[in-house]
Amino acid sequence: MPREWRGADGDNRIMSRKIYVLCVSGTREKLQMAAMVASVAAASGDEVTVFFSMNAMLYFVKGRDTEAPAEGEFGRLMANDKGVPSFKQLFTYAAELGDAKLLPCSMAVDLLKAEEADLDPLLGPPTGLTRFLSDAEGAQLFTF
Amino acid sequence: MSEIRIIDARDTFCPGPLMELISYMKRASVGDEFELLSTDKGSINDIPEWIKKVGHEMLSSEQVEGVWHIKVRKAK
Repeated sequence: MPREWRGADGDNRIMSRKIYVLCVSGTREKLQMAAMVASVAAASGDEVTVFFSMNAMLYFVKGRDTEAPAEGEFGRLMANDKGVPSFKQLFTYAAELGDAKLLPCSMAVDLLKAEEADLDPLLGPPTGLTRFLSDAEGAQLFTF
Repeated sequence: MSEIRIIDARDTFCPGPLMELISYMKRASVGDEFELLSTDKGSINDIPEWIKKVGHEMLSSEQVEGVWHIKVRKAK
């Protein structure tokens, strides 16, 4: 539950929360929803950390996939409508407008044999699962 | 008072209009006013919610010929 607090100017505001997003699937729908959660939460003042692993990592490594396959009807609808912001654009908003941390899973980076220069500049340092779970302890965790 | 700036986010879907507004607001000065144009129905509820949450000032919201006009002032 969000907690309200009274600011110095007397306004009631929602206290910023820590939100962790675990991104695993490489399908368009799940990446889109993860990016929507990350961008809106980060832009609203929440402290957001996104951890990319498995097939979700492929879109953040140079020379790998750029177009995520649709899982079903919604993925196709989004792919064909230019008014839907891409998940890459939304993750960029999350990082640039809301200071979200976008972290690649160190195991996935190793398995892809990717060097630091191969990783999308939006990403922070490769991070281990132990560290991610430790940081996320007690916080809200969304999995896609 | 500075002139109100128009942000045209018509024909983009959630959370596109909100992100457009935030990117302008982030670069603006306190007191600057914006008028966001949107055709996305979901954003009409979401944007006032965001304005309230982060502590800016909602000036007005009205629909004119299928387009929502949301006016907001940067308060902090």
